[in-house]
Amino acid sequence: MTGVLAAASGLFTQSFVTALIAGGVLASVPLMFTALGEAISERSGVLNIGLEGMMLVGAYTGFLGAYEAHSMWVGFLTGAVGGVAAAVLMVVLSVRMGLDQIVIGIAITLAGEGITSVLQQAQFGGAYPRLPAYPQVAIPGLESIPVLGKSLFDQPLVVYFGVVLVGAVAFMFGRTRFGLELRAAGEKPEALDAAGVSVLNTRSYATLATGALAGLGGAYLSVIATGTFTPFMTQGQGYMAIVIAMLARGRPAWVAVASFVFGISLSISTALQLTGINISTDVINMLPFAAIMLALVVFARSAYLPPALAVPYVRGAR
Amino acid sequence: MAVATETPAAPPVAPEEAGEPARALPGWTRTLAVTTLRSLVPVVLALLAGAVLLLILGRSPVRFYSDVFRYGIQMNNWQNSAVLMAPLLLMAAALVVVFRANIWNLGYDAQYLLGAVFVVGYGPWMFAHWPTPVADVVLFLIAGTAGAIWTIVPALLRAYFGTNEIITTLMMSFIGIDVANILVKGPFQDPTVTIPQTKTIPYADMLPNIPGTRIHVGFLVAIGVVLVLHYLLTRTSFGLRLKVFGENPKAARHVGIDVRRLIVTSFLWSGFLIGLSAAVDILGLWSYVRANWNPSYGNTVIPFVFLARLNLLAVIPFVAFYAVLSTGGDLATQAVSLPTDFLLVIVALILLFMAVIEFLGRRRALGQSYLTKGLKDALRQPLFRRRKST
Repeated sequence: MTGVLAAASGLFTQSFVTALIAGGVLASVPLMFTALGEAISERSGVLNIGLEGMMLVGAYTGFLGAYEAHSMWVGFLTGAVGGVAAAVLMVVLSVRMGLDQIVIGIAITLAGEGITSVLQQAQFGGAYPRLPAYPQVAIPGLESIPVLGKSLFDQPLVVYFGVVLVGAVAFMFGRTRFGLELRAAGEKPEALDAAGVSVLNTRSYATLATGALAGLGGAYLSVIATGTFTPFMTQGQGYMAIVIAMLARGRPAWVAVASFVFGISLSISTALQLTGINISTDVINMLPFAAIMLALVVFARSAYLPPALAVPYVRGAR
Repeated sequence: MAVATETPAAPPVAPEEAGEPARALPGWTRTLAVTTLRSLVPVVLALLAGAVLLLILGRSPVRFYSDVFRYGIQMNNWQNSAVLMAPLLLMAAALVVVFRANIWNLGYDAQYLLGAVFVVGYGPWMFAHWPTPVADVVLFLIAGTAGAIWTIVPALLRAYFGTNEIITTLMMSFIGIDVANILVKGPFQDPTVTIPQTKTIPYADMLPNIPGTRIHVGFLVAIGVVLVLHYLLTRTSFGLRLKVFGENPKAARHVGIDVRRLIVTSFLWSGFLIGLSAAVDILGLWSYVRANWNPSYGNTVIPFVFLARLNLLAVIPFVAFYAVLSTGGDLATQAVSLPTDFLLVIVALILLFMAVIEFLGRRRALGQSYLTKGLKDALRQPLFRRRKST
């Protein structure tokens, strides 16, 4: 009994909370980038099941860029480019040619898993070279807030960039002409077409943006979070991002919140190790997915998706 | 299917159909020929693209493919391929059942692993106390039940709330893989071994081989199940109901089919068959499960199920092809010092080319005819309950 109490009080020490929140932020960033991307493509009517593959390609090219150029910024750039390259496949086959989005998505995921593993092996021959740790940027003033300051406001620069991006995407959806067209492409593509805007172009741009963001999320995993590329390193985060985008109904602010919640559940194992409580990693790994199942069961009625999602647009077809 | 025009002028067909020798044949033969051609061309193209990829990586494609042939077929290696076919066939059968019913069960990894873990968990004790045939039957049932149980939540969510089963089965799959690991490292762990793995089923209690071969009788079981299931799906009212529901859920509801019950039933059958595939694989080949082991048969079987157009008889040759590619490819990739994940690339290429070929063959149909109409409509159905479009 006293042991349990001690463990419970250990849960709420400052170091534990700091570690939990910092880890949660760190783990939520790739989810946030990727889910933000999925939110964009879902709202334009493209269901992107290939997200996992795009993340992996981004993780690989991002790592390669950072490794060869000795710069994390080059890494992020090449990561985004890699994601876009995978998304081009989706654009050409699913958006332009109207092929089945699920089949193409599964293909992209399989191809991404396979090709990155093959290239990694071909290039490094079984070795897993590491990148140096990149500096974190603390926001002066805010950083010194007790407990929260150290965990929230002392992060790699790209984390702040992610927060800005959430605002930018929200602005794009709500306040720009392109955002309006994008939502129309998912809600009522016929109307968009009748208004003289190309549905296919709008969806193509959206899908490319998704690729870039998924690639960025993957690059963050390899360049910042782990500092190395290992095959299959995304471990289902692409699929989690799809669910996050769904539960958030494609709204960027909610994407950020949901990503943070799932980031916490991803990071809870490292934080628990600090307290000396030892729970099997399998139980920990299960938590985010169990949380999603629970959320799906509870919120099954309230989640919303655009009516034209996953329906290829054919002019004149009913 | 393209209309068989008999006009002497070149008919406006896609290029790969133009050189078709079957034009003078009766309609159904031509249809069969076109279908076969469309199913084979993606495979050939994928193998060619794989060869190009090998060249780019500085490996010899000739050596790779001859190795695949050597290790997959020659020198009695075809028997290893046949052994691999057993779980693959049952997995394919499981997918066909749900795909025909307009449902995506993508939770096969967990359903397989849970079945496998329970077989090795209870197997050693049962074989020690019960006659072998009894234990075999009970273990098959346990594995099937474990697989079926893991589909219940997605099945009920889909049947009663319309929640998209792609997401729920995937999530259940991630959870189930961890549950299987917990069982392997916990109650079913073999305490005498330092590596986390289960107890091993004694060699004497494994499924016997077909006389004169190294192929265990599980292969025959799998073939038998596939044949029986083909009969069920094509010749019984259950199969017809599945098909009607798969083609058009609204029509199914209209003619009085209990749609919810049908969804749950097909899910349970699918999970049960996946559990069986695990039982056959464990009792025939592996005899134990190591932590974090996951053969992930489902991912690689999916393209071939589509290529076979959800026809279980056609599934058999495609699965045989993949079994050879996989058995031979395991060693062939090592010989050129590449990871076996290279085979995943080939599988993905087959999927991509399949979609493209179908697009070229039937421009108007927009490349979706590998899926039943119902599966296509499934994508249009709400992932959740969708707001009525006004």
